[in-house]
Amino acid sequence: MGIKSLCLKKSLWLFHFGGASCNNCDIEILACLTPRFDVERFGMLLIGSPRHADVILVNGSINKRDEQRLLEVYEAAAKPCFVVAIGACGCTGGIFAEGHTFAGPVDRIIPVDAYIPGCPPKPEAILAGVVKLVKAKFG
Amino acid sequence: MAEHLFYFLIFPGLLFAGVAGGLLSWFDRKVTAWVQFRRGPVIMQPFYDFLKLLLVKETIAPARGSVLTFLSAPVAGMFGASISAVFVLLPAFGITSGFRGDIIVIFYLLTIPSLSWIIGALASGNPLASVGASREIKLLIGFELTFLLIFATVIMKSDMSISLYEIIARQQESGALIGSLSGVLLFIALLFCIQAKMGMVPFDIAEAETELSEGTFIEYSGPPYALIKFTKYIMLLVLPALAAAFLLGGLPLTGISILWSLLKILAVVLLLTLIRNTNPRVKVGQAMRFFLIWMNALVIIAIILSRLGL
Repeated sequence: MGIKSLCLKKSLWLFHFGGASCNNCDIEILACLTPRFDVERFGMLLIGSPRHADVILVNGSINKRDEQRLLEVYEAAAKPCFVVAIGACGCTGGIFAEGHTFAGPVDRIIPVDAYIPGCPPKPEAILAGVVKLVKAKFG
Repeated sequence: MAEHLFYFLIFPGLLFAGVAGGLLSWFDRKVTAWVQFRRGPVIMQPFYDFLKLLLVKETIAPARGSVLTFLSAPVAGMFGASISAVFVLLPAFGITSGFRGDIIVIFYLLTIPSLSWIIGALASGNPLASVGASREIKLLIGFELTFLLIFATVIMKSDMSISLYEIIARQQESGALIGSLSGVLLFIALLFCIQAKMGMVPFDIAEAETELSEGTFIEYSGPPYALIKFTKYIMLLVLPALAAAFLLGGLPLTGISILWSLLKILAVVLLLTLIRNTNPRVKVGQAMRFFLIWMNALVIIAIILSRLGL
């Protein structure tokens, strides 16, 4: 493994995009940063600007107003940048999939690298999903 | 010429200050993790972050705004920081640079990083970045006077010597300046000035993550942001080293005193980290009032006390 992929793997900075979420997934993502789960020991940081992001976490159903924002955030992020869809709404649309404002699951708008299903997924599941993403991308 | 290049690029300038400052930044993050009952990052974390930004990530230039100014500002900031590292660390380590009056140059050089970040943020054309830049300017107006008064008091306490090497030599003969009451007051004011200069939490109004999403640095990505990170590492070594040189008797590198020098730097960084972890972010007005009224008053009391011989 080269130094480039080692450094990227050891320092993934997370940008959190919440769509029209019921806030449960947001709370579970924040729980990953708390002392019990502590993602900073893997070098992951929650950062505020998509320009610094290595991973974009998308949760919540994406409605017609969010669609454009999500595209803008994805284009603003410096590449290489991975996208993780979190929760039933992010992966498939969940109970909102038939709604008239629903703009499609995340992978119909931007390319998605990992799916973490659950309503909401537990913090353990989110960590396991990110570990699987790292394994798939960097071996 | 070769000697000067070595001083500037390797020891104690760019490379040494960056690596040592990176380790200090790991110490800062690790202590923060301990305060919050977490495990914290691994020791190589600052270097992973730096190399990732430098080697892997792409650079995005702003569509509206001056690209040249935007990209050259972090370079200017990094060189300002590493020149100030040379001027502070050489006398602190007990190597004379033969330059009398360097203390005044140090004062100017330490302003260059903040100033270049302000220029870079204003060149990016991002509204949040310009709000961050204007807040940084206000903060500069607030704490630079206190910082200057601290310099003046240290000069007055060392019998009007304006050479950092002489100030340290005087302290090593007759005891560190922090041993007096006015020295303690100066140390408190200097700690808060370092906090504001580093943009650490009570005074992180310019890059407030939750309101401005990184403020001044919002548009930077890839290698330019890596240089900003590197500048921050250098400043995290230089500013505690300045505090040690002014008030704690320098950082001599002979025999057992290497350990004491290391402990001095770690103690100052530990204090900064604990202040950062136990305080909320202040508002712009509160920060300015804190420096313009209270910290200035503290330093003026220190000046009066030092005139009285305390």
